[in-house]
Amino acid sequence: MLVPLSWLKDYVDIDDVTPDELEEKLFSCGFEVEEKYEVGHDISNVVVGLVKTCEPIEGTHLHLCTVDAGKHGTFQICCGADNVEAGKKFPLALVGATVYATAKDHKTVEGVMTINAGKLRGYDSFGMLCSGVEIGVTEEMFKGAGYNGLLVLPDDCVPGEDVKPIVGIDDWIFDVSITANRPDCQSIFGIAREVAAVLEKPVKEPALDYTETDVKKDGFKVTVEAPDLCPRYISHYVYDVKISESPQWMKRRLALVGCSAISNMVDITNYILKELGQPMHAFDESFIEGNAINVRRAADGEKIVTLDEKEFTLNSNNLVICDGKKPVALAGIMGGLNSEILDTTSAVLFESAKFAHDNIRISSKELGQVSDASARYAKGVDEYATVMAMKRALHLVEELNCGKISSTHFDVNTGNSVDTTPLTVSVKKVNAVLGITVPDKDIVRILTNLNFAPVLNGDELTLNVPAYREDMATYQDVAEEVIRMYGYDKIIPTFIPTAEVTSGGYNLRQKTELKIKNALCAQGAFEGVHYSFFSPSDLDLIKLPEDAPERHAIKLINPINIDLSLMRTTLAPQMITAISKNQKRGILSGRIYELGNKFIPGELPLTEYPDERETICIGIFGDDEDFFTLKGLTDTVAKALDIEFEYESETLSFLHPYRTAKVMCNGEGIGYLGQLSYEIQNETDMRVPAYIAEIDLASLVKYYGKDRHFVPLPKFLEEKRDLCFVMNKDITCAQIEKAIKGACDYITKIDLFDVYEGVQLGADKKSMAFSVVFTPKDTEFTADFVDGLVNDILDVLKEKYDVTLRA
Amino acid sequence: MADLNELTEKLSNIRQEITEELKKIESSQGAFEYKKSIMDSKTGKIGSLMREMGKIPNELKAEYGKKVNEIKNWATEEFESFEKKLKEAELKKRYESEKIDVTMPAKMQKKGNLHPNTQVRNQLVDIFGSMGFNIYEGREIETDYYNFTALNIPKDHPARDMQDTFYLSPEFLLRTQTSSGQVHVMEENKPPIKIISPGKVFRSDDDATHSPMFSQMEGLVVDKGITLCDLKGMLDLFVQKIFGEGTSTRLRPSYFPFTEPSVEVDVSCFQCKGKGCKLCKGTGWIEVLGAGVVNKKVLEDCGIDSDVYSGIAFGIGIERIAMLKYGINNIKLLFESDLRVLDQIDD
Repeated sequence: MLVPLSWLKDYVDIDDVTPDELEEKLFSCGFEVEEKYEVGHDISNVVVGLVKTCEPIEGTHLHLCTVDAGKHGTFQICCGADNVEAGKKFPLALVGATVYATAKDHKTVEGVMTINAGKLRGYDSFGMLCSGVEIGVTEEMFKGAGYNGLLVLPDDCVPGEDVKPIVGIDDWIFDVSITANRPDCQSIFGIAREVAAVLEKPVKEPALDYTETDVKKDGFKVTVEAPDLCPRYISHYVYDVKISESPQWMKRRLALVGCSAISNMVDITNYILKELGQPMHAFDESFIEGNAINVRRAADGEKIVTLDEKEFTLNSNNLVICDGKKPVALAGIMGGLNSEILDTTSAVLFESAKFAHDNIRISSKELGQVSDASARYAKGVDEYATVMAMKRALHLVEELNCGKISSTHFDVNTGNSVDTTPLTVSVKKVNAVLGITVPDKDIVRILTNLNFAPVLNGDELTLNVPAYREDMATYQDVAEEVIRMYGYDKIIPTFIPTAEVTSGGYNLRQKTELKIKNALCAQGAFEGVHYSFFSPSDLDLIKLPEDAPERHAIKLINPINIDLSLMRTTLAPQMITAISKNQKRGILSGRIYELGNKFIPGELPLTEYPDERETICIGIFGDDEDFFTLKGLTDTVAKALDIEFEYESETLSFLHPYRTAKVMCNGEGIGYLGQLSYEIQNETDMRVPAYIAEIDLASLVKYYGKDRHFVPLPKFLEEKRDLCFVMNKDITCAQIEKAIKGACDYITKIDLFDVYEGVQLGADKKSMAFSVVFTPKDTEFTADFVDGLVNDILDVLKEKYDVTLRA
Repeated sequence: MADLNELTEKLSNIRQEITEELKKIESSQGAFEYKKSIMDSKTGKIGSLMREMGKIPNELKAEYGKKVNEIKNWATEEFESFEKKLKEAELKKRYESEKIDVTMPAKMQKKGNLHPNTQVRNQLVDIFGSMGFNIYEGREIETDYYNFTALNIPKDHPARDMQDTFYLSPEFLLRTQTSSGQVHVMEENKPPIKIISPGKVFRSDDDATHSPMFSQMEGLVVDKGITLCDLKGMLDLFVQKIFGEGTSTRLRPSYFPFTEPSVEVDVSCFQCKGKGCKLCKGTGWIEVLGAGVVNKKVLEDCGIDSDVYSGIAFGIGIERIAMLKYGINNIKLLFESDLRVLDQIDD
């Protein structure tokens, strides 16, 4: 929120406080100043110059002037402005001054320039006489500043004086950030109350007095049909209205807070919004039909055209202000075009109301119509301000002499008081929140400054909470008020002295997951993190059939865009995309894994928590990688858990038809691995092949935390035999290994070390060579005994798979 | 062999020949062959001399044997010392031929890294775990109740505007804060409670500095007599461990519906030590987390007696810590699995 320092000074005397001090004070009590700047921060060394002589330079539009700049001296200046005149005072930018550089139109600011001594048409010039634009002053800020020529300064200013205070650009603007619990500070007066409290100074309320005439608007009535959406509605009739420009001071203030002046009546409402934080509206009374105002829910399909000439079709969630016949305003958002203040307006109905902030927020969002008022209402206004604002508006009407105050005043409310509310708390409890003991006198002092009128009776502290402090309800709230003024620097660090000992750290599941991650890192894989949501096109990327279970995914109702609109049901697509992106960046080999959730819903839309299944996805790519290097990584996961995976051929929509396997653990399918299909490799512009695995960790949780047992080293020498078998091509390595293991219980290790296919074996044959380790149990092996074991193996293999020993 | 003179002359010639010949030999193979031609017991010039013994008259046999042994010993020593020299020379040559450019690139077993978020998370868990905090991981998909209502953010609360929420149904949403886990923990456990709750959270924000998904870590302590001073003490310890000794905290008032009082916690800039630099935008302080004393309404709604127990809570952005610690300039880089990024952070 923008707060001009000069405006703030209306309510609290801070002439002795520098802008830096003020920023620090606001910061310390909970109001961060996001930005603060002097209005004329780009302007320097511009002083009042009195033109003593002014002679036209023949053949040009220029004048050669002698300009008196008081203590700075008298300078010869060449000036091209049409209104330069001897005897008048203008802003003079001295040599070395900084002012705004303008385009040829003399209006558009193009940057900041430094004034140098120069020559124009052969005449020396030591400075520049300035227009309003050149020193950053608009017509709204200073009368005459909008003229496309020199800015004429008042006669009473003294040559050589700094021009900034004269035109008001020595003012400071504070952009203050207001937390959501303090809607009462969404105004300059609200900030002034806080500044007064923190500086321990009195706050001066703006003038609220006015005089009502005897005039009444006969028969006029105000009804609120939707009190749940409109707890308070105040209306006042003002007549004999004379629409004109607002006075300079009001236009200037509105300009400083970024609000353009329109006409006195409209400006009064905008001024009060900034000053008191209460949105107001003024209706042209002549357009109000039926001599009535009614606040009600819109009928479904009802239409309104707002001041900005946009038409909206409403529903019963929208609140409207109606006259006897039609909607005349979209409550809390914007007035209707049909009742706007015109130059011809001669009577107005002022509105100051409190609307349910949630309703305004939702309506504003649904209709896509935002205004200063709706933004303000969405944060919540209090009834104290609602009452005060109407008084202030009527006062300003009188002050500006732009209308007469009738005695037709309606105040429809749901019975909430604008008086103070008593709140009694225990001082001990307040201090117990803080952990320090704030002296009673400081507590009382602080709460007095905050206008809570505290009364302390032993441990019992009674406050009278002003109606604008709707956030105050408990001793914790009081504790916060005390400490933010007392100072957070007085909090002494302690370390949970009373806390009982608790054991901490990762639990088994978390430890196990970290172990898996570290094991994969040790294999050269990098952990990645991808979004929990993905795109419907991700499901198409991996060519899932229409009835694939992965397509049963949870949809976001309000996604940022379609690409982030589904909760993922598989981690593969994002992994494929990540690999593709890496390859496009020229990285042609790598290993990535992600451990994250996929989201498996029951019914859709959700009626219960969906299954958030922890899943690990591994993606590797590069010419050095193959199916088996990926299998090394899935086996790494198994090894980290001290379990074994089995693999079986499988086909999946996005993987190589002959290089894909189902991963199983104790007969249960828990994932897949395989080479990415060439179609997808091409579609995603990958230059080298990629391999993807996905393992459902959720179904492996039951194996977490297996006890590890030491197996004593063998007492006797182990025997290793290399055996080379010939068999039919379709027999798998796993079948042979299983058969070997089944044939002999001395075997502790089987390693495949060679596979060969060749003509000498026959077209449908292959050979596989295994090295088999036999470990003795209680007695030493003899060569004959091991030979016997080998023969047992050969017999089983021969019988089961017609396998023979290769000659 | 008529007499010993002839023998003496012959041996002298052999001696001379060996001396000359060894000067010419350059390889072990040459040395081996030459040695064989001299020393072989059947064909060698010296080795075969003993075979001549039969032809020597008896009275000369002793002298003959002595002389032959003499030359045999001499030749053996000569060959040994020659072979030794030759080996040394050959080794020298081998070393020279194996000269390398030590500045050429190293060969390493490639290792991957944990994600920077995981690295930060592990550090946080180490710190808080050692203080007795357990780790609770909530759900990514939460109900409106746990994410908002139970945290003192009812439907019409302006604080809902602070967070743009992704909804999945009127009831279910993507949690906007790990604080949602607080309530589950307090419902399921009796005080004393000390937990941290790291996890992914979601807000409808997508620009240069915001990612629609990011990670937070919530901390919660509920026990008898817990105060704002305990919060300050705990956070002081935490920032020193994560950002280095000498880092201090500054509390300043803020607002979160589920804590009262609420504070923003700034740390003294660990780069410039508080003098003011680009990282801290010249202020000497960096905003790192939000915290406060748990609102008694939140405790009570979880069935915890607020007259007996009080609590403190804090929430940290994990990416924010990672970005500050490692100087990562764009949050999006953390979610793209760009190996050039992931390869850099190994803390």
